[in-house]
Amino acid sequence: MYGWIFRNLPGPLWFRIITTVFFLAAAVLVLMQFVFPWLSQFNPLNDSTIGGGV
Amino acid sequence: MVRSPSHVESAVGVEELITGNERIRRGKKRSARKQRAERPKQGFFRTLIQVLGELLITCGVILLLFVVWELWWTNIEANTAQQQAVSAFAQEFQGPVTPPPADAPPVDFGPPKVMAAPDQASTVFGVVYIPRFGKTYSRPLVEGTAPAQLDTLGLGRYDSTSMPGAVGNFAVAGHRQTHGAVLDAVHTLVPGDKIYVQTNDGYYTYVFRNNQIVMPNRADVLAPVPTQLDAKATERFMTMTSCNPRFGAEERIISYSVLDSWQPASAGPPAEIAAQVAANKKAG
Repeated sequence: MYGWIFRNLPGPLWFRIITTVFFLAAAVLVLMQFVFPWLSQFNPLNDSTIGGGV
Repeated sequence: MVRSPSHVESAVGVEELITGNERIRRGKKRSARKQRAERPKQGFFRTLIQVLGELLITCGVILLLFVVWELWWTNIEANTAQQQAVSAFAQEFQGPVTPPPADAPPVDFGPPKVMAAPDQASTVFGVVYIPRFGKTYSRPLVEGTAPAQLDTLGLGRYDSTSMPGAVGNFAVAGHRQTHGAVLDAVHTLVPGDKIYVQTNDGYYTYVFRNNQIVMPNRADVLAPVPTQLDAKATERFMTMTSCNPRFGAEERIISYSVLDSWQPASAGPPAEIAAQVAANKKAG
């Protein structure tokens, strides 16, 4: 799948590598900024309060 | 002419010789050449397995990234937010940042002044200093224990409990590992350790007594006399709750302290934390 995507990116090899790095960075950013903070509320390991007082 | 049987046999023998590794090698060479020219069509099942495998690897990488985010990045974000909150509080704070001279006679400031509880959650109304956790340890004291407060602003006050200095139980919660790890070192407290709480009214010095590890449903540790629901409070307690064990949350670690002394803001900070109080004021 990723091989297929990489082969089908436009441009010469160096440009496809830059595109790949850009998309990877964008994916990490979206995960860190939006997905993980949202996911964190379901993480029971984070609860430091007592008596279910959240 | 008739071919001798031995001739035929030897021809077959040569063919057989090539069949082993040689054929595999030749085959590989051929397929590699073919791949360069045009990729061979994969069967549907093969493609399916390959895509599925790549998706599973992606899931694994994302989960690892989540661990990195939780244990590393949340601390960086929360530490920055908490430092800003502390210096914002220090800027607003009215009072000298130099301690009273060491040879000055001890003054009795009377019963501690207790401020009214903030109306709104997420209000930063104080700073907590715990020298045992490090000379520079100063974390904001915020109203409320919801994730919105604890995840960014440090120690959250249970709004069902007392305010600092009041008779009864002043209880706060803090994260152990993540989001600033404000109470990561809570197990290193030794009886007699000082915990300083600074509000706009002054400085409350609590003395640590003991830790207790309980199950997460033990809300009675927040009672005015911790764990004794029927008792009438006469002492001024401070209780801190956090996750236990480290990197887990099956239990809670509870730290009990009791008020030792109080001094108003006009008297200056206690000598032990004076340097950090001044540093926080300067940092803004």
